[in-house]
Amino acid sequence: MVYLTRAEHFNAAHKLVNPAWDHKKNEEVFGKCANENWHGHNYELFVTVKGNPDPDTGFVFDVKQLSVLIREHVIEKLDHRNLNLDVDFMRGKLCSTENLAIGIWDQLAGLLPSTVTLHCIKLYETPRIYVEYFGP
Amino acid sequence: MNKRVAVIRREHFNAAHRLYSPEWDEATNNTVFGKCALPNYHGHNYELEVKIIGEPDPKTGFVIDLKMLSELIKREILERFDHKNLNLDTREFKNLNPTAENIAIVIYDLLRPHIDSKMDIQVRLYETPRNFVEYPV
Repeated sequence: MVYLTRAEHFNAAHKLVNPAWDHKKNEEVFGKCANENWHGHNYELFVTVKGNPDPDTGFVFDVKQLSVLIREHVIEKLDHRNLNLDVDFMRGKLCSTENLAIGIWDQLAGLLPSTVTLHCIKLYETPRIYVEYFGP
Repeated sequence: MNKRVAVIRREHFNAAHRLYSPEWDEATNNTVFGKCALPNYHGHNYELEVKIIGEPDPKTGFVIDLKMLSELIKREILERFDHKNLNLDTREFKNLNPTAENIAIVIYDLLRPHIDSKMDIQVRLYETPRNFVEYPV
């Protein structure tokens, strides 16, 4: 079994707000991240799949194909967007890095051929903060 | 003999922005600024390096007290821009496009009055890990 990772990146605006709470409570819990007019990040995304190298190609998965899948189903939806307003798969969810990683997993998991398995979504919100999601 | 030394303090802030000229219509803005002109903003982790160049003080051995420089950057820059929307939340970019170039110039202008005129300042601002600007050059 070999683990193969593709790194991508995107820039986006967001805010952390729970619509069930008033402004004061949101500020208490989320601090500056609740700023009404948004703030933003350079997100770095690492998508890891696992499988056995194909005897004909030596590949776990054609990394070019993986890149195209990530671009079409994740990056094009997120890059230079507002996560709270513009992204269909985040609608109605809190736009934390945790939930975004789960959302990205759900975008990709069904698209891979049966020979490989999605292993991990690792998502950096800043160079110092990241989350990892290993699936449901 | 020239004993000038450069000391650098690195800080960071996160902000939303969009690039947009109110003098142009939407089509021209999209042509010039591409995805950066999208109406609902996007954002960056800005990494800021402030370089102070001068001779070490004979009593302290410091060009500048880095703790003091850190506090100055926090007060003048980070409190103004961190977790803000540069277009909507800041005075400085009400009428100025918040490109990395313009942000670097604004940061320089905010810091310059607080630093001894015997010293030079240079600002390096990373908008992404791959795009950065320097001012003055």
